[in-house]
Amino acid sequence: MARRAGAPEVSAGSMADIAFLLLIFFLVTTTIETDAGLDRMLPPMEPPTEEPPIIKQKNIFTVNINRNGQLLVEDEILSINDLRAKAIEFLDNGGAPSGSPDYCSYCKGKRNPESSDNPTKAIISLKNDRETKYSTYITVQNELVGAYNDLRNREAKRLYGTDYVAMEAEYLNPETTDDKKEELKEKVTRIQGLFPQKLSEAETSTE
Amino acid sequence: MSKFAKKKDGEVPAVSTASLPDIVFMLLFFFMTVTVMKDSSLKVENVLPNASEVKKLEKKDRVIYIYVGKPTKEYEKTFGTEPKIQLNDKFSSPSEVGDYILMERAKKPQELQNVLTTALKVDKNANMGIISDIKQELRKVNALKVNYTTYEGDAFNNLQ
Repeated sequence: MARRAGAPEVSAGSMADIAFLLLIFFLVTTTIETDAGLDRMLPPMEPPTEEPPIIKQKNIFTVNINRNGQLLVEDEILSINDLRAKAIEFLDNGGAPSGSPDYCSYCKGKRNPESSDNPTKAIISLKNDRETKYSTYITVQNELVGAYNDLRNREAKRLYGTDYVAMEAEYLNPETTDDKKEELKEKVTRIQGLFPQKLSEAETSTE
Repeated sequence: MSKFAKKKDGEVPAVSTASLPDIVFMLLFFFMTVTVMKDSSLKVENVLPNASEVKKLEKKDRVIYIYVGKPTKEYEKTFGTEPKIQLNDKFSSPSEVGDYILMERAKKPQELQNVLTTALKVDKNANMGIISDIKQELRKVNALKVNYTTYEGDAFNNLQ
């Protein structure tokens, strides 16, 4: 039972304990979930000298939200539940007569000459009160974005046989390979071109 | 030679725990790499609204967060119950948003400075007034890409 020569071995028995301690610390602080939300672009500050472009009244779809969360759509009171259908009807109308440069070949709407000429001309104008609740605003935004997505899905199904939303999600996913991205980019921009998201937000009314 | 030949008692040997640290280290490294530390503690109530047409916010390094909501219980006495903006760790007024965005933008690497998104994490009971003020400030500093962060769910749940 003589002692071995050289330095004694360091006991590694407590290594596991130390590692466990660290492990538990990181387990507790970890948040793996990613945030999700509605993406929007704000309009740039317009230069004061520039004349605002003239837009035909029939190409504008006005949505007003008052402080009680009620909607005034095209000067009529509307329930939020019907907003999406109404927005789709407006965007998909394609009112320009066939033969004119604005004629919309892929629209399936009523072709009412009193409503929007072409989806690329159609603008949704959203206005809200300072007292409007944020949750109502998000619901309205959600429905309007939903209207665009529904129409884009329809066109993507017709042209490529897939969902636009799924295609875009794959395009934005950082794990998608570059080749695939290139291919998707073309499709996504084509669909976006058919139904460009023109959602203008007026400055908030103060009273 | 006889030194090595001695270990034969006939008993069942104990299960070796020598590889336990390795296993634990493996797990440890996994969690270390996926961990995103919470960078600021919330001082405002932050129950987000629901929306169904959401897009995921990929790449956390390209996001600047702005929190809005009613101050929590412990700050209610000093800051009142009106919704406030929280930037990093302190309450701020809408006029400070622009400076904050510019400061955060300067901290990011050069190539990311043009692709930043501002994530607005707003409590669902906040009013649009404060949001409009923030939006104006964001437009002034040309931070036009915003994301209204929401939970995924049916948007009509917001109305109740």
